[in-house]
Amino acid sequence: MTVRSPGVRGRSGTPWLYLAPALVVLGGLLVYPVYQLGLISFLEYTQAQVSGGEPATFQGLGNYAELFGDGEFWRVLLATVVFAAACVLCTLAVGCALAVLLTRVRAVPRLALTLAALGAWATPAVTGSTVWLLLFDADFGPVNRVLGLGDHSWTYGRYSAFLLVLLEVVWCSFPFVMVTVYAGIRSVPAEILEAAALDGASQWRIWHSVLTPMLRPILVVVTIQSVIWDFKVFTQIYVMTNGGGIAGQNLVLNVYAYQKAFASSQYSLGSAIGVVMLLILLTVTLGYLRLLRRQGEEL
Amino acid sequence: MNLPRMRVRVRRPWRSAAEVSALIIAAVVAFPLYWMVLSAFKPAGEIESDQPRPWTLAPSADAFRRVFGQQEFGRYFLNSLLVAGTVVIASALIAFLAATAVTRFRFRFRTTLLIMFLVAQMVPVEALTIPLFFLMRDLGQLNTLGSLILPHIAFSLPFAIWMLRGFVKAVPEALEEAAYLDGASRARFLWRILFPLVFPGLVATSVFSFISTWNDFLFAKSFLISDTSQSTLPMALLVFYKPDDPDWGGVMAASTVMTIPVLVFFVLVQRRLVSGLGGAMKD
Repeated sequence: MTVRSPGVRGRSGTPWLYLAPALVVLGGLLVYPVYQLGLISFLEYTQAQVSGGEPATFQGLGNYAELFGDGEFWRVLLATVVFAAACVLCTLAVGCALAVLLTRVRAVPRLALTLAALGAWATPAVTGSTVWLLLFDADFGPVNRVLGLGDHSWTYGRYSAFLLVLLEVVWCSFPFVMVTVYAGIRSVPAEILEAAALDGASQWRIWHSVLTPMLRPILVVVTIQSVIWDFKVFTQIYVMTNGGGIAGQNLVLNVYAYQKAFASSQYSLGSAIGVVMLLILLTVTLGYLRLLRRQGEEL
Repeated sequence: MNLPRMRVRVRRPWRSAAEVSALIIAAVVAFPLYWMVLSAFKPAGEIESDQPRPWTLAPSADAFRRVFGQQEFGRYFLNSLLVAGTVVIASALIAFLAATAVTRFRFRFRTTLLIMFLVAQMVPVEALTIPLFFLMRDLGQLNTLGSLILPHIAFSLPFAIWMLRGFVKAVPEALEEAAYLDGASRARFLWRILFPLVFPGLVATSVFSFISTWNDFLFAKSFLISDTSQSTLPMALLVFYKPDDPDWGGVMAASTVMTIPVLVFFVLVQRRLVSGLGGAMKD
Protein backbone atom coordinates (compact mmCIF):
# COMPACT_ATOMS: atom_id res chain seq x y z
CA MET A 1 0.00 0.00 0.00
CA THR A 2 1.44 3.31 -0.97
CA VAL A 3 -0.13 6.56 -0.02
CA ARG A 4 1.38 9.35 -1.98
CA SER A 5 -1.18 11.84 -3.06
CA PRO A 6 -0.23 15.39 -3.84
CA GLY A 7 -0.27 17.57 -0.82
CA VAL A 8 0.49 14.84 1.66
CA ARG A 9 4.09 15.82 1.96
CA GLY A 10 4.69 18.94 3.95
CA ARG A 11 1.28 18.65 5.60
CA SER A 12 2.24 16.35 8.38
CA GLY A 13 -0.18 18.04 10.74
CA THR A 14 -3.28 16.96 8.86
CA PRO A 15 -3.44 13.32 10.00
CA TRP A 16 -3.12 14.42 13.59
CA LEU A 17 -5.92 16.90 13.07
CA TYR A 18 -8.13 14.05 11.83
CA LEU A 19 -7.03 11.86 14.69
CA ALA A 20 -7.52 14.48 17.39
CA PRO A 21 -11.18 13.73 18.29
CA ALA A 22 -10.52 10.00 18.49
CA LEU A 23 -7.40 10.46 20.56
CA VAL A 24 -9.10 12.84 22.99
CA VAL A 25 -12.03 10.49 23.52
CA LEU A 26 -9.88 7.37 23.80
CA GLY A 27 -7.34 9.08 26.01
CA GLY A 28 -9.92 10.36 28.46
CA LEU A 29 -12.31 7.45 28.56
CA LEU A 30 -10.13 4.46 27.84
CA VAL A 31 -6.45 5.07 28.52
CA TYR A 32 -7.01 7.10 31.67
CA PRO A 33 -9.45 4.58 33.19
CA VAL A 34 -7.03 1.75 32.36
CA TYR A 35 -4.30 3.69 34.15
CA GLN A 36 -6.62 4.21 37.09
CA LEU A 37 -7.56 0.55 37.07
CA GLY A 38 -3.89 -0.32 37.45
CA LEU A 39 -3.48 2.30 40.14
CA ILE A 40 -6.44 1.15 42.23
CA SER A 41 -5.21 -2.42 42.03
CA PHE A 42 -2.15 -1.36 44.04
CA LEU A 43 -4.12 0.53 46.65
CA GLU A 44 -6.29 -0.30 49.58
CA TYR A 45 -9.63 0.85 48.18
CA THR A 46 -12.89 0.00 49.90
CA GLN A 47 -16.06 1.83 50.84
CA ALA A 48 -14.19 4.01 53.34
CA GLN A 49 -11.88 5.36 50.62
CA VAL A 50 -14.72 5.85 48.13
CA SER A 51 -16.62 8.07 50.50
CA GLY A 52 -13.43 9.92 51.37
CA GLY A 53 -13.47 8.81 55.00
CA GLU A 54 -9.98 7.39 54.86
CA PRO A 55 -7.06 8.11 52.57
CA ALA A 56 -6.12 5.38 50.11
CA THR A 57 -2.97 3.60 51.18
CA PHE A 58 -0.45 1.97 48.92
CA GLN A 59 -0.50 -1.82 49.15
CA GLY A 60 2.17 -2.76 46.66
CA LEU A 61 1.38 -6.20 45.33
CA GLY A 62 -0.74 -6.98 48.38
CA ASN A 63 -3.99 -7.20 46.44
CA TYR A 64 -2.43 -9.52 43.90
CA ALA A 65 -0.98 -11.69 46.62
CA GLU A 66 -4.40 -11.94 48.21
CA LEU A 67 -5.96 -12.77 44.84
CA PHE A 68 -3.42 -15.40 43.85
CA GLY A 69 -3.63 -16.95 47.30
CA ASP A 70 -7.37 -17.39 46.90
CA GLY A 71 -8.41 -20.78 45.56
CA GLU A 72 -11.63 -19.31 44.19
CA PHE A 73 -9.71 -17.04 41.84
CA TRP A 74 -7.93 -19.99 40.20
CA ARG A 75 -11.17 -21.91 39.94
CA VAL A 76 -12.86 -18.95 38.23
CA LEU A 77 -9.87 -18.40 35.94
CA LEU A 78 -9.92 -22.03 34.82
CA ALA A 79 -13.69 -21.92 34.30
CA THR A 80 -13.35 -18.73 32.24
CA VAL A 81 -10.67 -20.16 29.95
CA VAL A 82 -12.48 -23.47 29.40
CA PHE A 83 -15.85 -21.79 28.93
CA ALA A 84 -14.48 -19.20 26.48
CA ALA A 85 -12.62 -21.88 24.51
CA ALA A 86 -15.74 -24.02 24.26
CA CYS A 87 -17.80 -21.02 23.12
CA VAL A 88 -15.23 -20.04 20.49
CA LEU A 89 -14.91 -23.57 19.11
CA CYS A 90 -18.66 -24.14 18.90
CA THR A 91 -19.30 -20.70 17.41
CA LEU A 92 -16.64 -21.17 14.73
CA ALA A 93 -17.72 -24.71 13.89
CA VAL A 94 -21.39 -23.78 13.59
CA GLY A 95 -20.67 -20.52 11.77
CA CYS A 96 -18.32 -22.06 9.19
CA ALA A 97 -20.50 -25.12 8.59
CA LEU A 98 -23.55 -22.95 7.98
CA ALA A 99 -21.58 -20.58 5.74
CA VAL A 100 -20.65 -23.54 3.53
CA LEU A 101 -24.24 -24.74 3.65
CA LEU A 102 -25.39 -21.31 2.45
CA THR A 103 -23.31 -21.69 -0.71
CA ARG A 104 -24.97 -25.03 -1.47
CA VAL A 105 -28.61 -23.99 -1.44
CA ARG A 106 -30.89 -21.90 -3.62
CA ALA A 107 -32.20 -18.44 -2.80
CA VAL A 108 -35.21 -19.28 -0.61
CA PRO A 109 -33.53 -21.53 2.00
CA ARG A 110 -30.57 -19.18 1.95
CA LEU A 111 -32.76 -16.19 2.69
CA ALA A 112 -34.58 -18.09 5.45
CA LEU A 113 -31.35 -19.06 7.18
CA THR A 114 -29.80 -15.61 6.76
CA LEU A 115 -32.85 -13.89 8.19
CA ALA A 116 -33.06 -16.28 11.14
CA ALA A 117 -29.37 -15.73 11.85
CA LEU A 118 -29.73 -11.96 11.61
CA GLY A 119 -32.60 -12.21 14.06
CA ALA A 120 -30.46 -14.10 16.54
CA TRP A 121 -27.63 -11.63 16.00
CA ALA A 122 -29.88 -8.63 16.55
CA THR A 123 -31.33 -9.97 19.78
CA PRO A 124 -29.99 -7.95 22.72
CA ALA A 125 -28.00 -10.00 25.22
CA VAL A 126 -30.43 -9.33 28.05
CA THR A 127 -33.38 -10.36 25.91
CA GLY A 128 -31.68 -13.47 24.57
CA SER A 129 -30.74 -14.53 28.08
CA THR A 130 -34.25 -14.27 29.44
CA VAL A 131 -35.78 -16.00 26.39
CA TRP A 132 -33.39 -18.96 26.68
CA LEU A 133 -34.14 -19.16 30.39
CA LEU A 134 -37.83 -19.42 29.59
CA LEU A 135 -37.20 -22.06 26.89
CA PHE A 136 -35.28 -24.18 29.39
CA ASP A 137 -37.43 -23.29 32.38
CA ALA A 138 -38.09 -26.22 34.69
CA ASP A 139 -41.81 -25.56 35.01
CA PHE A 140 -42.99 -23.71 31.92
CA GLY A 141 -40.30 -24.32 29.31
CA PRO A 142 -40.97 -26.29 26.13
CA VAL A 143 -37.50 -27.89 25.98
CA ASN A 144 -37.96 -30.07 29.04
CA ARG A 145 -41.35 -31.20 27.73
CA VAL A 146 -39.96 -32.16 24.35
CA LEU A 147 -36.96 -33.93 25.84
CA GLY A 148 -39.08 -35.52 28.57
CA LEU A 149 -36.88 -34.17 31.34
CA GLY A 150 -39.71 -33.42 33.75
CA ASP A 151 -38.85 -30.49 35.99
CA HIS A 152 -35.08 -30.83 35.65
CA SER A 153 -33.50 -27.47 36.51
CA TRP A 154 -30.79 -26.44 34.05
CA THR A 155 -29.42 -23.65 36.21
CA TYR A 156 -29.00 -25.77 39.32
CA GLY A 157 -26.03 -27.88 38.28
CA ARG A 158 -22.74 -26.16 37.50
CA TYR A 159 -22.12 -27.80 34.12
CA SER A 160 -25.69 -27.73 32.88
CA ALA A 161 -25.86 -24.02 33.74
CA PHE A 162 -22.64 -23.39 31.81
CA LEU A 163 -24.02 -25.47 28.94
CA LEU A 164 -27.18 -23.40 28.85
CA VAL A 165 -25.20 -20.15 28.75
CA LEU A 166 -22.95 -21.64 26.06
CA LEU A 167 -25.95 -22.46 23.89
CA GLU A 168 -27.22 -18.91 24.18
CA VAL A 169 -23.79 -17.43 23.46
CA VAL A 170 -23.30 -19.63 20.39
CA TRP A 171 -26.82 -18.82 19.21
CA CYS A 172 -26.22 -15.09 19.25
CA SER A 173 -22.61 -15.10 18.04
CA PHE A 174 -22.47 -17.66 15.21
CA PRO A 175 -24.28 -15.28 12.79
CA PHE A 176 -21.29 -12.92 12.74
CA VAL A 177 -19.01 -15.83 11.78
CA MET A 178 -21.49 -17.23 9.26
CA VAL A 179 -22.12 -13.93 7.48
CA THR A 180 -18.44 -13.00 7.39
CA VAL A 181 -17.20 -16.38 6.19
CA TYR A 182 -20.02 -16.60 3.65
CA ALA A 183 -19.02 -13.21 2.25
CA GLY A 184 -15.45 -14.51 2.11
CA ILE A 185 -16.38 -17.70 0.26
CA ARG A 186 -18.39 -15.72 -2.27
CA SER A 187 -15.32 -13.67 -3.05
CA VAL A 188 -13.35 -16.83 -3.96
CA PRO A 189 -13.33 -17.15 -7.77
CA ALA A 190 -15.83 -19.81 -8.84
CA GLU A 191 -13.35 -21.25 -11.36
CA ILE A 192 -11.14 -22.49 -8.56
CA LEU A 193 -13.99 -24.30 -6.84
CA GLU A 194 -15.17 -25.73 -10.15
CA ALA A 195 -11.72 -27.00 -10.95
CA ALA A 196 -11.53 -28.68 -7.55
CA ALA A 197 -14.98 -30.23 -8.02
CA LEU A 198 -14.04 -31.45 -11.51
CA ASP A 199 -10.94 -33.07 -10.08
CA GLY A 200 -13.27 -35.03 -7.83
CA ALA A 201 -12.50 -33.32 -4.54
CA SER A 202 -15.04 -33.97 -1.79
CA GLN A 203 -16.83 -31.17 0.07
CA TRP A 204 -14.59 -31.62 3.07
CA ARG A 205 -11.51 -31.69 0.87
CA ILE A 206 -12.55 -28.47 -0.90
CA TRP A 207 -13.16 -26.77 2.45
CA HIS A 208 -9.92 -28.04 3.95
CA SER A 209 -7.49 -27.73 1.04
CA VAL A 210 -8.93 -24.92 -1.07
CA LEU A 211 -11.14 -22.63 0.98
CA THR A 212 -9.35 -22.61 4.33
CA PRO A 213 -6.04 -21.34 2.94
CA MET A 214 -7.80 -18.68 0.87
CA LEU A 215 -10.03 -17.61 3.74
CA ARG A 216 -7.23 -17.65 6.25
CA PRO A 217 -7.13 -13.88 6.93
CA ILE A 218 -10.90 -13.85 7.47
CA LEU A 219 -10.77 -16.89 9.73
CA VAL A 220 -8.03 -15.31 11.83
CA VAL A 221 -10.03 -12.12 12.28
CA VAL A 222 -13.19 -14.02 13.13
CA THR A 223 -11.39 -16.26 15.61
CA ILE A 224 -9.73 -13.40 17.43
CA GLN A 225 -12.95 -11.42 17.55
CA SER A 226 -14.71 -14.46 19.04
CA VAL A 227 -11.97 -14.99 21.61
CA ILE A 228 -12.23 -11.38 22.71
CA TRP A 229 -16.02 -11.45 22.92
CA ASP A 230 -16.37 -14.83 24.58
CA PHE A 231 -13.63 -14.26 27.11
CA LYS A 232 -15.53 -11.19 28.25
CA VAL A 233 -19.04 -12.65 28.37
CA PHE A 234 -20.86 -10.78 31.10
CA THR A 235 -24.56 -10.21 30.56
CA GLN A 236 -25.46 -13.82 29.79
CA ILE A 237 -23.74 -15.19 32.88
CA TYR A 238 -25.02 -12.38 35.04
CA VAL A 239 -28.65 -12.72 33.97
CA MET A 240 -28.92 -16.45 33.30
CA THR A 241 -27.14 -17.69 36.42
CA ASN A 242 -28.39 -14.79 38.52
CA GLY A 243 -25.03 -13.12 39.12
CA GLY A 244 -22.71 -16.13 38.97
CA GLY A 245 -24.73 -19.16 39.95
CA ILE A 246 -25.32 -20.91 43.24
CA ALA A 247 -22.40 -20.14 45.57
CA GLY A 248 -20.59 -18.58 42.63
CA GLN A 249 -20.30 -21.86 40.73
CA ASN A 250 -20.81 -20.15 37.35
CA LEU A 251 -18.59 -17.13 37.87
CA VAL A 252 -16.31 -16.03 35.06
CA LEU A 253 -13.56 -13.45 35.62
CA ASN A 254 -15.60 -10.54 34.36
CA VAL A 255 -18.56 -11.18 36.64
CA TYR A 256 -16.20 -12.11 39.47
CA ALA A 257 -14.46 -8.72 39.21
CA TYR A 258 -17.79 -6.93 39.15
CA GLN A 259 -19.12 -8.81 42.17
CA LYS A 260 -15.94 -8.20 44.14
CA ALA A 261 -16.06 -4.48 43.41
CA PHE A 262 -19.72 -3.57 43.51
CA ALA A 263 -21.29 -6.28 45.65
CA SER A 264 -18.63 -6.48 48.35
CA SER A 265 -17.01 -3.04 47.84
CA GLN A 266 -13.54 -4.51 47.40
CA TYR A 267 -12.69 -2.15 44.56
CA SER A 268 -8.97 -2.88 44.64
CA LEU A 269 -9.47 -6.65 44.34
CA GLY A 270 -11.96 -6.12 41.52
CA SER A 271 -9.42 -3.90 39.77
CA ALA A 272 -6.67 -6.47 40.21
CA ILE A 273 -8.89 -9.07 38.50
CA GLY A 274 -9.49 -6.58 35.71
CA VAL A 275 -5.75 -6.12 35.28
CA VAL A 276 -5.25 -9.89 35.06
CA MET A 277 -7.93 -10.13 32.34
CA LEU A 278 -6.33 -7.27 30.46
CA LEU A 279 -2.95 -9.00 30.53
CA ILE A 280 -4.41 -12.29 29.27
CA LEU A 281 -6.18 -10.58 26.38
CA LEU A 282 -3.03 -8.59 25.59
CA THR A 283 -1.14 -11.84 25.20
CA VAL A 284 -3.80 -13.03 22.76
CA THR A 285 -3.50 -9.77 20.82
CA LEU A 286 0.25 -10.04 20.55
CA GLY A 287 -0.12 -13.58 19.23
CA TYR A 288 -2.64 -12.25 16.70
CA LEU A 289 -0.27 -9.51 15.56
CA ARG A 290 2.52 -12.02 15.08
CA LEU A 291 0.19 -14.19 13.01
CA LEU A 292 -0.71 -11.23 10.84
CA ARG A 293 2.91 -10.31 10.39
CA ARG A 294 3.88 -13.87 9.47
CA GLN A 295 1.28 -13.74 6.75
CA GLY A 296 2.97 -10.63 5.49
CA GLU A 297 -0.02 -8.41 5.92
CA GLU A 298 0.82 -4.78 6.33
CA LEU A 299 -1.04 -2.81 8.92
CA MET B 1 -21.87 -13.92 -9.27
CA ASN B 2 -20.58 -17.08 -10.76
CA LEU B 3 -22.10 -19.33 -8.17
CA PRO B 4 -25.26 -20.41 -10.01
CA ARG B 5 -23.11 -22.09 -12.64
CA MET B 6 -21.26 -23.98 -9.99
CA ARG B 7 -24.33 -25.05 -8.13
CA VAL B 8 -25.53 -27.01 -11.15
CA ARG B 9 -22.75 -29.44 -10.45
CA VAL B 10 -24.02 -30.24 -6.98
CA ARG B 11 -25.91 -33.50 -7.31
CA ARG B 12 -29.65 -33.24 -6.88
CA PRO B 13 -30.24 -35.42 -3.78
CA TRP B 14 -27.42 -33.61 -2.05
CA ARG B 15 -28.88 -30.27 -2.82
CA SER B 16 -32.30 -31.27 -1.57
CA ALA B 17 -30.78 -32.58 1.65
CA ALA B 18 -28.82 -29.34 2.05
CA GLU B 19 -31.91 -27.23 1.45
CA VAL B 20 -34.05 -29.21 3.86
CA SER B 21 -31.41 -28.97 6.57
CA ALA B 22 -30.99 -25.24 5.90
CA LEU B 23 -34.72 -24.74 6.44
CA ILE B 24 -34.75 -26.87 9.60
CA ILE B 25 -31.75 -25.01 11.02
CA ALA B 26 -33.40 -21.69 10.16
CA ALA B 27 -36.48 -22.80 12.09
CA VAL B 28 -34.39 -23.86 15.10
CA VAL B 29 -32.45 -20.59 15.09
CA ALA B 30 -35.61 -18.54 14.79
CA PHE B 31 -37.48 -20.57 17.40
CA PRO B 32 -36.36 -18.60 20.50
CA LEU B 33 -37.54 -15.38 18.87
CA TYR B 34 -40.85 -17.00 17.90
CA TRP B 35 -41.28 -18.24 21.46
CA MET B 36 -40.51 -14.78 22.80
CA VAL B 37 -43.22 -13.10 20.71
CA LEU B 38 -45.63 -15.96 21.33
CA SER B 39 -45.15 -15.82 25.09
CA ALA B 40 -45.64 -12.07 25.03
CA PHE B 41 -49.09 -12.60 23.54
CA LYS B 42 -50.13 -15.61 25.60
CA PRO B 43 -52.68 -15.01 28.33
CA ALA B 44 -51.30 -15.37 31.84
CA GLY B 45 -52.84 -18.79 32.47
CA GLU B 46 -51.33 -20.31 29.35
CA ILE B 47 -47.78 -19.11 29.87
CA GLU B 48 -47.61 -20.53 33.38
CA SER B 49 -48.84 -23.92 32.30
CA ASP B 50 -46.79 -27.09 32.49
CA GLN B 51 -48.06 -28.08 29.05
CA PRO B 52 -46.58 -25.28 26.95
CA ARG B 53 -48.08 -25.15 23.46
CA PRO B 54 -46.35 -23.62 20.46
CA TRP B 55 -49.47 -21.61 19.63
CA THR B 56 -52.14 -19.64 21.39
CA LEU B 57 -55.83 -19.43 20.57
CA ALA B 58 -56.51 -16.47 22.81
CA PRO B 59 -53.83 -13.85 22.14
CA SER B 60 -53.89 -11.08 24.67
CA ALA B 61 -52.12 -7.76 24.95
CA ASP B 62 -52.18 -7.84 28.75
CA ALA B 63 -48.44 -8.30 29.08
CA PHE B 64 -47.79 -5.32 26.80
CA ARG B 65 -50.24 -3.28 28.82
CA ARG B 66 -48.30 -4.19 31.98
CA VAL B 67 -45.06 -3.19 30.30
CA PHE B 68 -46.28 0.14 28.97
CA GLY B 69 -48.19 0.76 32.16
CA GLN B 70 -44.93 0.50 34.05
CA GLN B 71 -43.83 3.87 35.27
CA GLU B 72 -42.28 5.82 32.42
CA PHE B 73 -41.55 2.89 30.16
CA GLY B 74 -41.86 5.18 27.15
CA ARG B 75 -39.27 7.39 28.68
CA TYR B 76 -36.83 4.50 29.12
CA PHE B 77 -37.37 3.67 25.48
CA LEU B 78 -36.58 7.24 24.43
CA ASN B 79 -33.55 7.29 26.74
CA SER B 80 -32.23 4.14 25.09
CA LEU B 81 -32.85 5.56 21.61
CA LEU B 82 -31.18 8.83 22.52
CA VAL B 83 -28.10 7.14 23.96
CA ALA B 84 -27.72 4.67 21.08
CA GLY B 85 -28.40 7.32 18.43
CA THR B 86 -25.86 9.76 19.84
CA VAL B 87 -23.23 7.06 20.19
CA VAL B 88 -23.76 5.76 16.63
CA ILE B 89 -23.48 9.19 15.01
CA ALA B 90 -20.64 10.50 17.13
CA SER B 91 -18.52 7.37 16.90
CA ALA B 92 -19.12 7.03 13.15
CA LEU B 93 -17.91 10.58 12.48
CA ILE B 94 -14.91 10.33 14.79
CA ALA B 95 -13.97 6.89 13.44
CA PHE B 96 -14.27 8.09 9.85
CA LEU B 97 -11.77 10.89 10.45
CA ALA B 98 -9.39 8.61 12.31
CA ALA B 99 -9.60 5.84 9.71
CA THR B 100 -8.87 8.37 6.99
CA ALA B 101 -5.83 9.56 8.88
CA VAL B 102 -4.33 6.10 9.36
CA THR B 103 -5.00 4.83 5.83
CA ARG B 104 -4.38 7.82 3.57
CA PHE B 105 -1.40 9.35 5.29
CA ARG B 106 2.03 8.14 6.22
CA PHE B 107 3.30 9.64 9.42
CA ARG B 108 5.38 8.77 12.44
CA PHE B 109 3.76 6.46 15.01
CA ARG B 110 1.16 5.36 12.45
CA THR B 111 1.79 1.65 13.01
CA THR B 112 2.02 2.18 16.76
CA LEU B 113 -1.38 3.86 16.70
CA LEU B 114 -2.90 1.03 14.68
CA ILE B 115 -1.62 -1.49 17.17
CA MET B 116 -3.02 0.64 19.96
CA PHE B 117 -6.45 0.62 18.30
CA LEU B 118 -6.28 -3.15 18.08
CA VAL B 119 -5.14 -3.52 21.66
CA ALA B 120 -7.87 -1.13 22.81
CA GLN B 121 -10.46 -3.64 21.60
CA MET B 122 -9.14 -6.16 24.09
CA VAL B 123 -9.84 -3.98 27.09
CA PRO B 124 -12.51 -5.70 29.15
CA VAL B 125 -15.09 -2.96 29.31
CA GLU B 126 -16.75 -4.41 32.37
CA ALA B 127 -13.54 -4.27 34.38
CA LEU B 128 -13.32 -0.56 33.64
CA THR B 129 -16.67 -0.01 35.32
CA ILE B 130 -14.77 0.63 38.55
CA PRO B 131 -12.50 3.49 37.40
CA LEU B 132 -15.22 4.83 35.08
CA PHE B 133 -17.56 5.04 38.03
CA PHE B 134 -15.10 7.29 39.83
CA LEU B 135 -14.43 9.29 36.65
CA MET B 136 -18.16 9.89 36.07
CA ARG B 137 -18.55 10.88 39.69
CA ASP B 138 -15.77 13.43 39.36
CA LEU B 139 -17.22 14.75 36.10
CA GLY B 140 -20.62 15.06 37.76
CA GLN B 141 -22.12 12.72 35.17
CA LEU B 142 -23.49 10.07 37.51
CA ASN B 143 -27.25 9.60 37.03
CA THR B 144 -27.17 11.30 33.64
CA LEU B 145 -27.34 9.81 30.17
CA GLY B 146 -23.91 11.30 29.54
CA SER B 147 -22.45 8.63 31.78
CA LEU B 148 -23.66 6.06 29.23
CA ILE B 149 -22.95 8.02 26.04
CA LEU B 150 -19.34 8.98 26.76
CA PRO B 151 -17.95 5.52 27.63
CA HIS B 152 -19.84 3.86 24.79
CA ILE B 153 -18.41 6.25 22.22
CA ALA B 154 -14.95 5.41 23.51
CA PHE B 155 -15.55 1.65 23.46
CA SER B 156 -17.09 1.67 19.97
CA LEU B 157 -14.23 3.62 18.41
CA PRO B 158 -11.37 1.10 18.22
CA PHE B 159 -13.40 -1.57 16.43
CA ALA B 160 -15.06 1.04 14.19
CA ILE B 161 -11.70 2.50 13.13
CA TRP B 162 -10.28 -0.96 12.58
CA MET B 163 -13.20 -1.97 10.35
CA LEU B 164 -13.44 1.31 8.45
CA ARG B 165 -9.80 1.07 7.44
CA GLY B 166 -10.68 -1.44 4.73
CA PHE B 167 -13.39 0.77 3.28
CA VAL B 168 -11.25 3.90 3.17
CA LYS B 169 -8.40 1.94 1.63
CA ALA B 170 -10.70 0.66 -1.11
CA VAL B 171 -11.29 4.18 -2.49
CA PRO B 172 -8.78 4.56 -5.32
CA GLU B 173 -5.88 6.97 -4.94
CA ALA B 174 -6.50 8.27 -8.42
CA LEU B 175 -9.80 9.71 -7.32
CA GLU B 176 -8.09 11.72 -4.63
CA GLU B 177 -5.50 13.02 -7.05
CA ALA B 178 -8.15 13.94 -9.60
CA ALA B 179 -10.09 15.83 -6.96
CA TYR B 180 -7.05 17.87 -5.98
CA LEU B 181 -6.17 18.53 -9.63
CA ASP B 182 -9.67 19.88 -10.05
CA GLY B 183 -8.92 22.27 -7.24
CA ALA B 184 -10.89 20.63 -4.44
CA SER B 185 -9.73 21.47 -0.96
CA ARG B 186 -8.84 18.74 1.51
CA ALA B 187 -12.02 19.28 3.47
CA ARG B 188 -14.11 19.19 0.30
CA PHE B 189 -12.55 15.90 -0.75
CA LEU B 190 -13.08 14.49 2.70
CA TRP B 191 -16.77 15.30 3.10
CA ARG B 192 -18.08 15.50 -0.48
CA ILE B 193 -16.17 12.62 -2.07
CA LEU B 194 -14.68 10.26 0.48
CA PHE B 195 -17.54 10.35 2.97
CA PRO B 196 -20.30 9.24 0.55
CA LEU B 197 -18.05 6.50 -0.82
CA VAL B 198 -17.28 5.14 2.64
CA PHE B 199 -20.87 5.52 3.84
CA PRO B 200 -21.84 1.85 3.35
CA GLY B 201 -18.90 0.92 5.54
CA LEU B 202 -20.00 3.41 8.16
CA VAL B 203 -23.42 1.79 8.21
CA ALA B 204 -21.95 -1.69 8.60
CA THR B 205 -19.74 -0.46 11.40
CA SER B 206 -22.51 1.41 13.15
CA VAL B 207 -24.42 -1.85 13.64
CA PHE B 208 -21.83 -2.88 16.19
CA SER B 209 -21.85 0.34 18.15
CA PHE B 210 -25.64 0.41 18.06
CA ILE B 211 -25.98 -3.12 19.40
CA SER B 212 -23.43 -2.80 22.16
CA THR B 213 -24.95 0.48 23.33
CA TRP B 214 -28.55 -0.67 23.05
CA ASN B 215 -27.75 -3.86 24.97
CA ASP B 216 -25.73 -2.32 27.72
CA PHE B 217 -27.07 -2.88 31.14
CA LEU B 218 -23.92 -2.91 33.19
CA PHE B 219 -23.17 0.81 32.87
CA ALA B 220 -26.84 1.64 33.29
CA LYS B 221 -26.91 -0.51 36.41
CA SER B 222 -23.73 0.99 37.84
CA PHE B 223 -23.93 4.67 36.87
CA LEU B 224 -27.65 5.42 37.06
CA ILE B 225 -28.07 4.61 40.67
CA SER B 226 -30.67 6.88 42.13
CA ASP B 227 -32.33 8.71 39.25
CA THR B 228 -34.65 6.13 37.71
CA SER B 229 -36.03 8.60 35.18
CA GLN B 230 -32.71 8.26 33.35
CA SER B 231 -32.98 4.50 33.18
CA THR B 232 -32.76 2.55 29.93
CA LEU B 233 -34.63 -0.42 28.49
CA PRO B 234 -32.50 -3.32 29.79
CA MET B 235 -33.06 -2.05 33.30
CA ALA B 236 -36.79 -1.76 32.70
CA LEU B 237 -36.83 -5.34 31.43
CA LEU B 238 -35.11 -6.69 34.49
CA VAL B 239 -37.77 -5.13 36.69
CA PHE B 240 -40.05 -7.96 35.51
CA TYR B 241 -37.40 -10.58 35.90
CA LYS B 242 -37.17 -11.64 39.52
CA PRO B 243 -35.16 -14.85 39.60
CA ASP B 244 -37.51 -16.56 42.04
CA ASP B 245 -40.79 -15.54 40.53
CA PRO B 246 -40.37 -13.96 37.12
CA ASP B 247 -43.34 -12.36 35.39
CA TRP B 248 -42.61 -14.24 32.15
CA GLY B 249 -45.34 -12.50 30.20
CA GLY B 250 -43.98 -9.10 31.16
CA VAL B 251 -40.38 -10.11 30.50
CA MET B 252 -41.22 -11.45 27.05
CA ALA B 253 -43.35 -8.44 26.12
CA ALA B 254 -40.58 -6.06 27.23
CA SER B 255 -38.05 -8.22 25.37
CA THR B 256 -40.13 -8.01 22.22
CA VAL B 257 -40.35 -4.24 22.48
CA MET B 258 -36.61 -4.05 23.07
CA THR B 259 -35.68 -6.38 20.19
CA ILE B 260 -37.84 -4.80 17.48
CA PRO B 261 -35.79 -1.60 16.96
CA VAL B 262 -32.60 -3.63 16.57
CA LEU B 263 -34.31 -6.00 14.12
CA VAL B 264 -35.58 -3.05 12.08
CA PHE B 265 -32.10 -1.56 12.04
CA PHE B 266 -30.64 -4.90 10.95
CA VAL B 267 -33.13 -5.46 8.15
CA LEU B 268 -32.47 -1.94 6.88
CA VAL B 269 -28.70 -2.36 6.75
CA GLN B 270 -28.58 -6.10 6.04
CA ARG B 271 -27.29 -5.78 2.46
CA ARG B 272 -24.62 -3.32 3.40
CA LEU B 273 -23.67 -5.34 6.43
CA VAL B 274 -22.99 -8.48 4.41
CA SER B 275 -21.04 -6.75 1.67
CA GLY B 276 -19.45 -4.50 4.26
CA LEU B 277 -18.09 -7.35 6.33
CA GLY B 278 -16.79 -9.03 3.20
CA GLY B 279 -15.10 -5.80 2.12
CA ALA B 280 -13.62 -5.02 5.50
CA MET B 281 -12.19 -8.46 5.99
CA LYS B 282 -10.76 -8.82 2.51
CA ASP B 283 -8.41 -5.88 2.82
